[in-house]
Amino acid sequence: MFRKIAVSAAALGLCISGASANEELLRLQRDPNQWVMPTGNYANHRYSELNQITRDNVAQLRPSWSFSTGVLRGHEGGPLVLGDMMYIHTPFPNKVFALDLKEPGKIVWRYEPSQDPSVIAVMCCDTVNRGVSYGDGKIILAQADAKVVALDAKTGKVAWSVTNGDPGKGETMTAAPMVFGDKVLVGISGGEFGVRGHVTAYNLKDGSMAWRAYSVGPDNEILFDPQKTTSLGKPVGPNSSLQSWEGDQWKIGGGTTWGWFSYDPELNLVYYGSGNPGTWNPAQRPGDNKWSMTIFARDATTGQAKWVYQMTPHDEWDYDGVNEMILSDINVRGRPVKALVHFDRNGFGYTLNRETGELLVAEKFDPVVNWATKVDMQTGRPEVVKEFSTRQGGEDTNTQNICPAALGTKDQQPAAFSPRTSHFYVPTNHVCMDYEPFRVSYTAGQPYVGATLSMFPPKGAQHMGNFIAWDASEGKILWSKPERFSVWSGALATAGDIVFYGTLEGYLKAVDVRDGKELFSYRTPSGIIGNVNTYTHNGKQYIAVLSGVGGWAGIGMAAGLQGDTEGLGAAGAYRSLANYTQLGGVLTVFALPN
Amino acid sequence: MLAAGAITLALGMATQQPAHAEDKPYQVQDGKVDRGTYNGYRRYGNACERCHGQDGAGSSFAPNLTESLKRLSHEQFMEVVINGRQNVTSSQQSVMPPFGQVEDVVLYIEDIYAYLKARSDGAIGPGRPQRMAN
Ligand code: HEC
Repeated sequence: MFRKIAVSAAALGLCISGASANEELLRLQRDPNQWVMPTGNYANHRYSELNQITRDNVAQLRPSWSFSTGVLRGHEGGPLVLGDMMYIHTPFPNKVFALDLKEPGKIVWRYEPSQDPSVIAVMCCDTVNRGVSYGDGKIILAQADAKVVALDAKTGKVAWSVTNGDPGKGETMTAAPMVFGDKVLVGISGGEFGVRGHVTAYNLKDGSMAWRAYSVGPDNEILFDPQKTTSLGKPVGPNSSLQSWEGDQWKIGGGTTWGWFSYDPELNLVYYGSGNPGTWNPAQRPGDNKWSMTIFARDATTGQAKWVYQMTPHDEWDYDGVNEMILSDINVRGRPVKALVHFDRNGFGYTLNRETGELLVAEKFDPVVNWATKVDMQTGRPEVVKEFSTRQGGEDTNTQNICPAALGTKDQQPAAFSPRTSHFYVPTNHVCMDYEPFRVSYTAGQPYVGATLSMFPPKGAQHMGNFIAWDASEGKILWSKPERFSVWSGALATAGDIVFYGTLEGYLKAVDVRDGKELFSYRTPSGIIGNVNTYTHNGKQYIAVLSGVGGWAGIGMAAGLQGDTEGLGAAGAYRSLANYTQLGGVLTVFALPN
Repeated sequence: MLAAGAITLALGMATQQPAHAEDKPYQVQDGKVDRGTYNGYRRYGNACERCHGQDGAGSSFAPNLTESLKRLSHEQFMEVVINGRQNVTSSQQSVMPPFGQVEDVVLYIEDIYAYLKARSDGAIGPGRPQRMAN
C-alpha cells in the first residue's frame, strides 16, 4: 500500500527500517505529492510546491470525482493523502473512511465508533471534527467523546484507544491531533463548559501518556519553570497562573486547546494557543486569568513551557487564542527572523520570534477592529477602549457595536503561507456584536457561558467576510477580497501562485496571489467549512475539499441574519445562508481536463 | 433524572401556568418587554442559543423555535425542555439535551417560554428586546 512512499524513501537514501516515526513524517511532510498532516506541514504553511495548476489554467479546473460521507452536520478539516490512499473523517459520529485513489472513491476500510449521543449535547458549536493524523503506520482520531483512537492505516483495525477527558464534565474533542517524534499531541474542547484546558502527548506505540500540560493552575501542572519559562523575555516567576485568579476559580478556568498545533523540529518546540477563561462574564473572574488566551511554546520531549505570551489578558469578548501558529522564516522589518505568525480571534495579526517569544509586530488585520486601539509593544497588553469593554460596561449592561464579534476576525479556519511571496493568505470574518454579561452558576457538564450576544455585520458593510493577503513583516493588509458570508474554510497556497479557499455558500474559489483576483469558482453541494488540500496521483495534480455547512458559522449565520433589523442598515442585503445552501458532507476532488 | 424532571414540571405548572389559555405569558408595551420576558431572552442566550441560534431562529442542526412555538403547547414545550429528546440515526444526529437538572434553565423556564412565545407571535423582533422601566 505504501509502496510509493518506500520508493521515494529509497530514492532519498533514507534507511526506512531504522527510521523513527519522526524521520518518516519529517520526510513525508516535504513531499508535495502527498498531504500527510492536516496542516500540510509541521510549520502549518498549507502550501504546496505543485505547479501544474497555475493562474493561467486554473479556470479550466473541473470536478473529477466526489464522495458522500452520509453525515449531515458541519464538516471541518480536510483529507489526508498517503500514497494511494486518502483518509477522510466526519463530524459526530466521527466516521473515518480510507479511500483507494486507484479506483477513486472505493472504500478500502471504514471505521465508525459507537459513541453515546449525549456527547452531542455538550459540544459547543455543532459536532465538528478537524481531522485525523498519520504516524507510524497508524491513523489517529480524536473522537467527540474524548477518546483518542489509533487505527491501523492499512486495515482500520483499532491498535489502541485511550480516554483523554470526561464528556460528563463537558470535555470533548474537536481538534486534529499532531504526530511528532514518537508521540501524538491532542487538545481538549469544552470552553463553554468551564473545562480546564490541557494538551497531552501520548506515545504512538501504545497510547501511554508521555506528558500532560494544563493551561491554568499550579506550576507543576502547567509544566512551568518559574525561572526558565519566559514571557516577553522575562521569567514568569512562581505561581504565574494561580496569582492571576481569585481563589479556586482556576479550577474551572478554561483555556481549552481546540485549535491547531505546529512543531519546529530544529528547536524541538511545539506551539499552540489556549482558549477563553471560564465564563464569558468577566466580572465573575477578576484578574488576568493566565494562561488563557495565550500562545505556548513547549519542549516537545518534556512538555515544559519555554515561553508564553498572553494576547488577551482577562478576556471580555470570548476571543479564544487557539488559531494556528504559522512558523515562517521571513524578514521582519528588514531583519531575517525565525518567526511565528498568528491571526488571533481578537483581530490582531501577531509576529513573534519563535525561539524567544519576543513580540515583533501586532497589527489589526481588519480595519473595523475597535475593542483595542493597539498593542503596547513593551508590555504586550492591548489598549482596551472603555466604550467596548464589557467588564467596564458591567454585568447586565449591553455593550454595543464591538468589533470583532466573539467568533473573531478569524476563527480556527487556517490561513496559508507562500514561501514564494513570503505573504499570508487569510480567511476572515467581518462581523461585530453586542455583548451582555450576566451571572451564571457552574454545574459540571452544563454550559458556563454567562453572556448574551447578537452578531451583525459592521455598520454600513455589505458583506460579512474577507479573504485577505497579509504582510507579517509590517503588519499590513496587501489586498482584501470581500465575501458575502464569513470565510470559514482553510486556505491553500500553491507554487502555481494561486490560493484556494471555500465559501459558506459552497463555492471553491481560486484567486491570484498578486491581487486576489478571482480566477476560478465552482459550486460544491454544500457550504464549505473544510480546508482545501492538494496532491498528485499518477503524476497529475488534484485539489480536494470537504463541503458540508455547519459549525459555529452554521449557528451564527444560518438563521441569525435573516430579516432586517433596525440599525443594520443596508436593508435586505443580508439574507439567510439557508437561502444559499443545505446540509450534507461531500468530498469533491478537482483536476484539469486531460 | 426523569422523575426529578416530572416533579419540576408539575411544580412549574402548578405555580406558573397562566389561568387562561388565551393569556399571553409576556407583556409588550411600546416595543418594551416585561422583566420576565427580558430575563428569558438572556437565559435563552445562555442555554439555548448555541444550538437554536440567534433570536430562536434555528441553526443548521436545531429547529427554529419561533416556528415550533406556533405548534407546541406550553406543556409540550416544558416536556421537551425538561426531558430532552433524541433523534439519532446513521445520518442524523439530533440531540436536544434534558434541562431538568439545570438550575439556570429550570428556575427561569417560564421566562424562556415567554420570550420565545413573544418571538413566535411576532410581538417582538429579533435582537435584544428593550426592558420596560419596571
Ligand atoms: C445541544 C443543542 C441544543 C441545545 C443546547 C438546546 N436544544 Fe432544543 N433542540 C435541539 C435539537 C437538535 C432539537 C430537535 C430534536 C429532534 O430532532 O427531535 C431540539 C428541539 C427543541 C424543542 C422542540 C422543537 C419542536 O419543534 O418540536 C424545543 C421546544 C427546544 N428544543 C427548546 C430548547 C430550549 C428552550 C433550550 C434552552 C434551554 C434548548 N432547546 C437547548 C438542540 C438543542
